[in-house]
Amino acid sequence: MHPVLRLVAQRFALGLLLLWAASALIFAGTQILPGDVAQSILGQSATPQSLANLREELGLNDPAMTRYFNWLWGALQGDLGTALTNGKDIADSMGYRLKNTLFLASCAAIVSVPLAIFLGLLAVRYQGRWPDKMISGVTLASISVPEFLIGYILIYFVAVKLGWFTSVAMIDDRMTFLQSLNAIALPVIVLTLVVLAHMMRMTRAAILNVMQSAYIETAELKGLNSFKVIYRHAFPNAIAPIVNVVMLNLAYLVVGVVVVEVVFVYPGMGQYLVDHVAKRDVPVVQACGLVFAAVYIGLNMIADIVSILANPRLRHPK
Amino acid sequence: MANVLEVKNLKIEATVYPPGEKSRDITIVNGVSFDLKPGKVLGLIGESGAGKSTIGLSAMAYGRGGVRITGGEVWLNGRDILAGGLSALRKLRGAEVTYVAQSAAAAFNPAKKLMEQIIEASIEHKRCSKADAEKRAIALFEKLGLPDPENFGNRYPHQVSGGQLQRAMTALALCPQPDLVIFDEPTTALDVTTQIDVLAAIKDAIRDTGVAALYITHDLAVVAQVSDDIMVLQNGKTVEYADVDTIINNPAEDYTKALVSVRSIDHKEMVPEGTPLLRASGVNARYSGTKFDVLKNINLELYPGQTLALVGESGSGKSTMARVITGLLPPRDGEIEFDGRILSADLKSRSNDDLRELQMIYQMADVAMNPRQTVGTIIGRPLEFYFGIKGAEKRRRIIELLDEIEMGEAFIDRYPAELSGGQKQRVCIARALAAKPKLIICDEVTSALDPLVADGILKLLLNLQKIENVSYLFITHDLATVRAIADSIAVMYQGRVVRYGPKSQVLEPPFDDYTDLLLSSVPEMKLGWLEDVIATRKMESAGN
Repeated sequence: MHPVLRLVAQRFALGLLLLWAASALIFAGTQILPGDVAQSILGQSATPQSLANLREELGLNDPAMTRYFNWLWGALQGDLGTALTNGKDIADSMGYRLKNTLFLASCAAIVSVPLAIFLGLLAVRYQGRWPDKMISGVTLASISVPEFLIGYILIYFVAVKLGWFTSVAMIDDRMTFLQSLNAIALPVIVLTLVVLAHMMRMTRAAILNVMQSAYIETAELKGLNSFKVIYRHAFPNAIAPIVNVVMLNLAYLVVGVVVVEVVFVYPGMGQYLVDHVAKRDVPVVQACGLVFAAVYIGLNMIADIVSILANPRLRHPK
Repeated sequence: MANVLEVKNLKIEATVYPPGEKSRDITIVNGVSFDLKPGKVLGLIGESGAGKSTIGLSAMAYGRGGVRITGGEVWLNGRDILAGGLSALRKLRGAEVTYVAQSAAAAFNPAKKLMEQIIEASIEHKRCSKADAEKRAIALFEKLGLPDPENFGNRYPHQVSGGQLQRAMTALALCPQPDLVIFDEPTTALDVTTQIDVLAAIKDAIRDTGVAALYITHDLAVVAQVSDDIMVLQNGKTVEYADVDTIINNPAEDYTKALVSVRSIDHKEMVPEGTPLLRASGVNARYSGTKFDVLKNINLELYPGQTLALVGESGSGKSTMARVITGLLPPRDGEIEFDGRILSADLKSRSNDDLRELQMIYQMADVAMNPRQTVGTIIGRPLEFYFGIKGAEKRRRIIELLDEIEMGEAFIDRYPAELSGGQKQRVCIARALAAKPKLIICDEVTSALDPLVADGILKLLLNLQKIENVSYLFITHDLATVRAIADSIAVMYQGRVVRYGPKSQVLEPPFDDYTDLLLSSVPEMKLGWLEDVIATRKMESAGN
């Protein structure tokens, strides 16, 4: 077996193992929460008899192990159970939310990743001079301001004063693609500003690190101009650290957008999770946790695999 | 014929930032002038810090770090290249003048195939089409003796050996058909047996392509093989500039004479007597996770107050042997007997005395010392650790040791960064001596040093041996060093000892093929040596 294939398979297996461990943690975590689901559903109207009935119905009397494996088995088949609060199928209602979140996240990624890498390259090209300092200054300032504040500032100026975009990012299935894009423009801008600095700084640092190498001098002595030196010779050797930070930020775009979704009233996963945490709807919280864990682990696994593939020593052994 | 390169009254400066002081400008090169005709080779020679690489790169108007050309003129093909801007320079770098770096392993981009890198400059400067550039590269691979020239370029740098990479670097420099190539220590990082093949390949390539070259090295014997003229440099100034015959056979300046006659040590071999201090018997060793032995049935003896040299190419197992003796790598089987007792295989179960009596000196003195400790602290540590000596008594011993290494009390409060390469190695020797060892393992201790400095270190080691009656296990790839200081020699090749005995016997014919190769590969200060050797040797280097 080719060593790269073996390494990739290894990463994949480790990812699955990690996901399984995460599922156990999520389940255990929700079990040790104080309070009783049946109690919270019935609230004021609870009688001892109705509580006992509901517990029986929800399977709360089974041992934790049995419930965990039933839940895991269901999740594997795409059955995440039903929400306690409204009795709807979780997979159905979450599917719609997840689609929205992924739509927002991918739009933000499509804008922010190339922009961050381009700005990183630019900062290296003009290292220590004013473009470098300006890029660093602006991106660091934007990451330092809390995202809800940026959100409200944008709403006030861009949506209210200028009227370019809507302040509420409500989207639904009847909207055309362009209408949807218009609706999410502001949250995309906010998310971009939030993740830009981290990716840009890492790109800059990774490439500057490579720029110390002797082969960069070789490239300069070939008479290549600075940009060619950077993107032909430095960038390919800086891919691994860059991909890692990009994936971390993509994961953040999916699992960390709660605040932005709430600010813009966007019907995504974050809002869905927050709503149901407030209502103590344990099955929904578990399901969201599992999906978030899967996204996080999946993206980081991709980063690992890309790093392996980017290494010519592994790709082309002696 | 018009000159390819004319350098007139060159002055190069750099800004240094000493810690805790104001930055200041220092002059690296001052008042250097030379010229070069087409097809001629000028050797630039000098110790490290002489400014030879800096001068070489000035032919491309390139300065490393904060180095800049502040005076003089550099004329390439009849144009003053210092007058034009950066974009004008870019047009000639990689086209009219190219560069071969010292370490090809670091100078090739690990993420790209060799061919892509070798033809890049030709295409960038529109010297020819891609297809033509590839054709030319393949022709160069063939000329430089690279295996499978048609497909060689499809490999990545890590897939070929160091000697092959250095040839590929030469191909990279010659591919755009430049008028001038700068060779910056192109064979210094190679094994002596590999160096000779690469040297011959470079020499042929220069002759066949008719290109002019600057050849930079610290090894006068090497440069004498390829150059027409030689310029000897010291501290950024020209010491002597003449044709190669004059420099080698009739040098005018004392400094040049010293370079030519270096390695003047005459050490009379001692005969083994008494019981051996160190005896290795039947040692086999392998690194964990591997399936082959890097040491195969090694048997060696070293007598008190004498020197055993372990000689071989990189990968021959000589440093592994040192790891086995010091206990860093427990052998698979076999024993190490030291001073009449069997040393435990594992470092952890050795006694304090075992550790004290067996000291090491390393190749890189720089990294073998804590940069934040003074010389006094570094040398004083073993005194305190092994003998519990403290206070005034410790200081007295430190000064005594500093005197022994010919440095003196003035250095006691200095930091390693304030010392020269030779001084650093001396401090390492003093640290080893402080433990009053019976055996010192010297692992390539002079390889990183300039010849004259290395000579001083060897003399010091021999002197100390007489005074302290200490034994040396001297690991090196350099046969000239061995000749200078060894009493007995073990030649290692692919994990085995292929020749072993007293120095006079080992260095006396008839030789086995490998020893012959090793001996004949040591560059000699003689014109035409390279051609003679290539014509008469019996086997080729394994790792070329």
